[in-house]
Amino acid sequence: MDALDKPATPTRTLIRRHSLTVRLSHWLNVLCMTVLLFSGLQIFNAHPSLYWGQYGADDDPSFIAMEAVEEGDTVKGITRIGSLSFDTTGVLGVSAVDGEQTARGFPAWATLPSYQDLATGRRWHFFFAWLFVINGLTYMAYGFVARHFRRDLLPTKDELTPSHLGHEIADHARLRFPKGEQARHYNALQKLTYLLVIFLLLPLMTATGLTMSPGFNAFAPWLLDVFGGRQSARTLHFLTAFSLVAFVVVHVAMVLASGVFNNMRSMITGRYAIHMQPEGEPKP
Amino acid sequence: MSRLITRRRFLIGSTLTASALGLSGCDVLVENPNVQQALRMAEGLTMRTQRLLIGDKTLAREFTAADISPTFRANGTSMPDGAEYQALLTQKFSQWNLEIGGLVERPTKLSLAAIKAMPSRTQITRHDCVEGWSAIGQWTGVPLAAVLDKVGLKPEARYIVFHCADEYEKSLDGSGWYYESIDLVDAYHPQTILAHSMNGHDLEVPHGAPLRLRIERQLGYKQAKYLMRIEAVADLSSLYGGNGGFWEDRGYEWYAGI
Repeated sequence: MDALDKPATPTRTLIRRHSLTVRLSHWLNVLCMTVLLFSGLQIFNAHPSLYWGQYGADDDPSFIAMEAVEEGDTVKGITRIGSLSFDTTGVLGVSAVDGEQTARGFPAWATLPSYQDLATGRRWHFFFAWLFVINGLTYMAYGFVARHFRRDLLPTKDELTPSHLGHEIADHARLRFPKGEQARHYNALQKLTYLLVIFLLLPLMTATGLTMSPGFNAFAPWLLDVFGGRQSARTLHFLTAFSLVAFVVVHVAMVLASGVFNNMRSMITGRYAIHMQPEGEPKP
Repeated sequence: MSRLITRRRFLIGSTLTASALGLSGCDVLVENPNVQQALRMAEGLTMRTQRLLIGDKTLAREFTAADISPTFRANGTSMPDGAEYQALLTQKFSQWNLEIGGLVERPTKLSLAAIKAMPSRTQITRHDCVEGWSAIGQWTGVPLAAVLDKVGLKPEARYIVFHCADEYEKSLDGSGWYYESIDLVDAYHPQTILAHSMNGHDLEVPHGAPLRLRIERQLGYKQAKYLMRIEAVADLSSLYGGNGGFWEDRGYEWYAGI
């Protein structure tokens, strides 16, 4: 144990973390999801109300709505969720367009294009929806065939014990991330989150989107039963989109907190640095 | 939310806006013609894929009377203001005729009574506006296939064009008249009907009296109202903006299955 006598300098090893397929599909997905979100909000703005059931229009009770309400000389943006109303003037319901308060669901900075143009929003949305689906299917095929899901994302039995998960949650909350040998692999929270996104949220996004298509309804009317109708599917499409936004916020925060340079390098070049204490290097 | 914004109305506004503020980087990309052309590829892919998956005769879902929307929102024109239409309306459409011409063997005019006397189909279907809302209603009308069989399509006919009585966008060159077009796959689909009744009554003016198109596997803007003339054509490029419909000439997809 000579090493103990000297100050132990950790050895830095570059491991191969992300395959080329994972890196390419990741960044393509970043592009697709960005365009889909902003063009999606453009489409939403054409009718900024959400309903539950097979039908839903102006005279039917809405579940979420962004409205412009006139009060004397001013216009207020009101966002309603169920029976709760919030004044969201400036962001939702009413926001400035060329310095003038205008009725719009989401503000100009959140839509593609910035001005109201449903036709263009749809062109962008469906083009990138195709790219998103092709990219997703390619990634899925790769994940199974190259055993990426089984090797990298399937949690082990030990990782799923309540005590282990409790530890990980406590560590994450204190922004204490795995080091050394443990950093070779995703931790259990990462695995579970990625599995949730890949196998639930993203497929849900696609399926609820297709359920809004009258053409696709003729092919797969059972999707209407699964989601409870076209308007329910539209509501779920919106809610799932914001679940994904929440995921991205946490994901990016974790990337920043756990070493932005190392993380970015690994998703660009594939190489990820881990630091091993010399005595903690059990394997060759 | 009350109306779709037409591209023209919008262009006037946005050009002024854009020059005043300087467009954002994204908006510059959006307005690049090459980018627009590339994005249009998705429409063909969607149409071919959906046609392959659905098949030509598969029906859109039909609902029960209990599913009908309490209020069916009327969209687009709610009262055509031309003198010709107003006169027809005053006479309760007794003088109205549907003109069927173009690439047909026997150009014909059909009165409303003649259309109502033909075998009809009744269907309760969902109407999906491109804006995102939906309404369910019951429609009764003549299958378009029966009308086309009556007049006999010429072999070179590829599309059926619907000319309407409403000038949705006032313009000096007459480019603002509402029209729509479908291909023969949709024209011969069993649910494609020329509807004269809605929810058990004669079609009301806001919903397209006296006759409107129902094509149930596509969006609301394809469901042309206030039908005056049906024309069989070989291609769409010589009509109005050349894209096959009022909204299509303003940037929307001709294939509106999604």
